[in-house]
Amino acid sequence: MSKPLFASESAGSNDTAATTTRRPRPRLAVFKFASCDGCQLSLLDCENELLAVAEAVEIAWFPEASSRLQPGPYDIALVEGSITTPHDAQRILDVRRSARIVVTIGACATAGGIQSLKNWADHEDYLRCVYARPEYISTLASSTPIADHIKVDYELRGCPISRHQLLDVIGALVKGQRPRLPSHSVCLDCKRKGTVCVEVAQGIPCLGPVTHSGCGAICPTYDRGCYGCFGPVSQSNCLSLTDQYLSMGTSTETLLPLLRNFNAAAPEFRDASNRIEAIAKRTETSPEVPHE
Amino acid sequence: MLAEGLETLIKALADDGYQVVGPTIDQQAIVYGEIKSTGDLPRGWTDLQEAGTYRLQRREDDAYFGYVVGPHSWKKYLFPPVTLVASADLGEHGWQMRTPEPDPIKYAFLGVRACELAAIRIQDKVFLGGPFVDPTYEARRSKAFIVAVNCTQAAPTCFCTSMNTGPRCESGFDLALTETSDGFLIEVGTKAGQVIAALLPVRPANSTEIGHAEVARQQAADQITRRLDTDGLRDVLMNNLRHPHWEEIAKRCLSCTNCTMVCPTCFCSSVSEVPDLTGEHVDRERHWDSCFNPDFSYMNGSPTRNSVSSRYRQWMTHKLATWHDQFGSSGCVGCGRCITWCPVGIDLTKEVVALRDTTGNDLANLSDGHAEGAEASP
Repeated sequence: MSKPLFASESAGSNDTAATTTRRPRPRLAVFKFASCDGCQLSLLDCENELLAVAEAVEIAWFPEASSRLQPGPYDIALVEGSITTPHDAQRILDVRRSARIVVTIGACATAGGIQSLKNWADHEDYLRCVYARPEYISTLASSTPIADHIKVDYELRGCPISRHQLLDVIGALVKGQRPRLPSHSVCLDCKRKGTVCVEVAQGIPCLGPVTHSGCGAICPTYDRGCYGCFGPVSQSNCLSLTDQYLSMGTSTETLLPLLRNFNAAAPEFRDASNRIEAIAKRTETSPEVPHE
Repeated sequence: MLAEGLETLIKALADDGYQVVGPTIDQQAIVYGEIKSTGDLPRGWTDLQEAGTYRLQRREDDAYFGYVVGPHSWKKYLFPPVTLVASADLGEHGWQMRTPEPDPIKYAFLGVRACELAAIRIQDKVFLGGPFVDPTYEARRSKAFIVAVNCTQAAPTCFCTSMNTGPRCESGFDLALTETSDGFLIEVGTKAGQVIAALLPVRPANSTEIGHAEVARQQAADQITRRLDTDGLRDVLMNNLRHPHWEEIAKRCLSCTNCTMVCPTCFCSSVSEVPDLTGEHVDRERHWDSCFNPDFSYMNGSPTRNSVSSRYRQWMTHKLATWHDQFGSSGCVGCGRCITWCPVGIDLTKEVVALRDTTGNDLANLSDGHAEGAEASP
């Protein structure tokens, strides 16, 4: 990603003052799939920087913000949400075709989101429970991340994303730079801030050691454990960490929802939570102390 | 000096323009922070430590320095976690680069342990000893005033006696205190220390008081049970770069960077450019980084050390072996922080034992002495 989106002014622009006044800005589109809208709202949440964003890019498609919608092609597409319907599985292909750079934003788009909990259930069952006329509903059996369907250029993790990271990424892409997206563990951020490890000092189960950076280590700073809302760090060792928590006496009832939430379907968290569930079932069926 | 003299010491340092920093209780631990009076000190508290666990506990007495070491080290003041290295602005005449003036801050460190004095000596060599002197470190280090405190107790994670770095504070301080039930025994290390000592309510110690201090210091030495056998350690590690035990460690290691962050000698950092949205202002920032971060060895499209085992091996071989080649000493001072603050309690002294115990002819075919992957530089 070394070529600036718009490095030079349009042809002939050096001739007259009228044409040099404004160079074309990269066209930004924001698309929503299965999600709560919280991540795209992060863009509107950039109150102090919003005008600078609007200066830097042309916001061409952002239904959450404006009813003035312009057709593609787009330079940058921010994609929120996961794929849960056959219709969306088609629509995401159109998004890819319409955009030069696709940036997925948030845990739904990057891992399948909280709705991926349905991957562990019978979705037909859910449909019958929730809807009076389930035959009107067309959904897929699972919730999957965008990268399972199309090539994604950059991923912004988090539930919700960090708006500072979003601004950083937009800023870099506008200038033709590779965005800085640090991929270390949350622990590194805690230590840079001087935050004391809540696991070691207080025995609080914390997913920080296996969780991707980006949030600024908010939870441990407020004396609670990380619950992995930025998803697993690459080469995460969830097995060792969960074994440590089990040996510390943390219950499977605590560990299972810790791993199985916003990034439940991220492969590392999924495998770890499946293992915890199997351990829980084993303990249930063969209790150490038999009932009288 | 009676215990009350400590208040005078803090005030004397503050009056001399120092920002006094030292042990204080925060976030359920004894960390280093600003000390305005003795009320900020962890009086009557101690720490219980073992691999992967740290807990605060009330002491039976009112000792000010009755703890061992916590998660912070003095490097956070001398080598700050995030530093602005330079900035640039795009103006009418192109880019204007600016280097910030060195921070004029004068720190007085209160409560520096012997292992920490050793760590500062090591970082002095890293940041000041080579052809490239680090201006941030130099500015802060040259002005720092060090009040050392001799340990009178040790944690099960301590092994300074193996690394010849403690528990007695021998040098590298302006003043050194030993806390006993009589008060504080003060030793003067430098002229600057003498100037401050002259302002304190002190008198020459009698032989009983000197004896009490000796007993208190000996107690710390006697409590140290952990050992790291450093005999021939450099060669043991470097001759076993393909030892299967590295993979065993990788099964437990989270590669989370905690050990390197709490280590008082680890000095790795990354530098990145942080532009604003307009693209007309850029900050160049340096921040703590770690050999356990896969990104840290990212070169030519992929991380050079792309496995946990290779990253742990890099850390340990650098710390305990190639540090000797690079800086003329071990990079470990035996403070035990990496053991306590490892979330899964990996203990480098035990890993060294495992590497030693299984070193031998049966493994000779696995170790070729110069296997790829471990380098002297971080």
